[in-house]
Amino acid sequence: MAKITFITTDDKTITLEGTSGSVMQLAVDNSVPGIDGDCGGVCSCATCHVHVAPEHIEKTGAASEIEEDMLDLNDYSNERSRLCCQLEISEALDGLVLQVAESD
Amino acid sequence: MKKSALPDPFEEARVNKGYGEMDDQNDPVTMILGLKDLRKCAHNWKTFQSGAAPGRIVIPSEVNIRDTRQIPFEVDPPEHKDFRALVEPWFKRPLEADYKAVLTQQINDIVDEVLTEDSVEVVEGFSLRLQSRALTLLLNTPYEESETWISWGTHVFRSEGEALDGDKANILYDYIDERITKAIESPGNDLYSMLLAATVNGKKLTREEVKGVMILTFAGGRDTVINAVTNSIAYFAEHPESLDRLLNEPDITGKAVEELIRYFSPLTQMGRVVTEDTQVCEHAIKEDTRISLCWASANRDAKVFENPNDIVIDRKINPHVAFGFSHHNCLGATHARQIMNILLTTLAKKVKSINIVDYKENIEELGEFKRKVGYDNLTVKFNGR
Repeated sequence: MAKITFITTDDKTITLEGTSGSVMQLAVDNSVPGIDGDCGGVCSCATCHVHVAPEHIEKTGAASEIEEDMLDLNDYSNERSRLCCQLEISEALDGLVLQVAESD
Repeated sequence: MKKSALPDPFEEARVNKGYGEMDDQNDPVTMILGLKDLRKCAHNWKTFQSGAAPGRIVIPSEVNIRDTRQIPFEVDPPEHKDFRALVEPWFKRPLEADYKAVLTQQINDIVDEVLTEDSVEVVEGFSLRLQSRALTLLLNTPYEESETWISWGTHVFRSEGEALDGDKANILYDYIDERITKAIESPGNDLYSMLLAATVNGKKLTREEVKGVMILTFAGGRDTVINAVTNSIAYFAEHPESLDRLLNEPDITGKAVEELIRYFSPLTQMGRVVTEDTQVCEHAIKEDTRISLCWASANRDAKVFENPNDIVIDRKINPHVAFGFSHHNCLGATHARQIMNILLTTLAKKVKSINIVDYKENIEELGEFKRKVGYDNLTVKFNGR
């Protein structure tokens, strides 16, 4: 069980609990605004872009090369950007805080 | 070679130089073939523009048969953003439960129907009908309208031999004009009426702008959906084990949809007009010429995809660009994904196997390349579970 908090682009805080699957799916299942997950989680659409809270970078680890290539060309990405379809829910993510990134 | 295979004609050029070249009605095109290069160009809308003369970014060019600008497709930022924001919620409706339920019923019905027949010509007898009926949902128009669209045949823009046909295009443009007039006279809950009532950048949409969105909606989702559906039937005919997997492991359906769309890349490429002298892959490209973003090639790039020429039905990481990339990614993608998702679920549930009886491939001639994009016709027998 992991508690994961999303801060939306209009500064609402949504805390959800999950046990398995991707963080994107947890967000989509609970209608977190700004997390669409159009491609279902295969790292193709970049509609699940989040910024990891600075103090939680170690919880999530770094993005893969394929994920980084997607983020490189995103106008709203920074060094804490992740596509949350690539974050698997586990105990290790308990307490994670994610800021939903802006999009066009 | 399997009958359902779509070979990759771009590999050698992609690996050796990264680009290809083709002429198109005396307006040549430099085709960008690698995934990384393509993404950079797609993102760089200032140098590689969509808002050129209407029809010029389409390959084959439609400048000689169309004056109406397709919206938001042929508009660049910053104007693009507000047009896109206007239509985006409408084009996300396929995620709603009611929409999904009606689409499921439509697809159930047509699959039940073809299961009773001795043989079916898939392009006209299945895919075109399925696509046209589903489009009534996207437009929120009466189901009966689909009969008109089916009667136009598979190619609204193209006649036999793939040449652009102005007369055929006029059938669509005249039809849309007539429907816009009707919606002005008696507004309803359809896409025409929504657009006619809408305001963008502080101004009401003009009739020409409404027409531009409607042409895009009709044209963008026709051949593409028909090819995706037809190619899926051919694939399952030669891979009945995939139908069994989808039945037993429904959780992989979303991944299967993405993988089939990557492999089929129903839209081979899309052009951009170059606004300044530049270079791609160390190749000089002149201002006011065209490049193309060759989605079909990028989706087979071995630098990104393992076993790019195989359909890996549950491929987990699949950063394909079959729906485009960046600002102009496919507006109809939600609708297309929902069609494919329901189609795969329905086929897995009801169909045990499919036999290919006869087929003729649809090969695009693209300068030095020839690409199979689908079938001119595909006759099969569906066998029920």
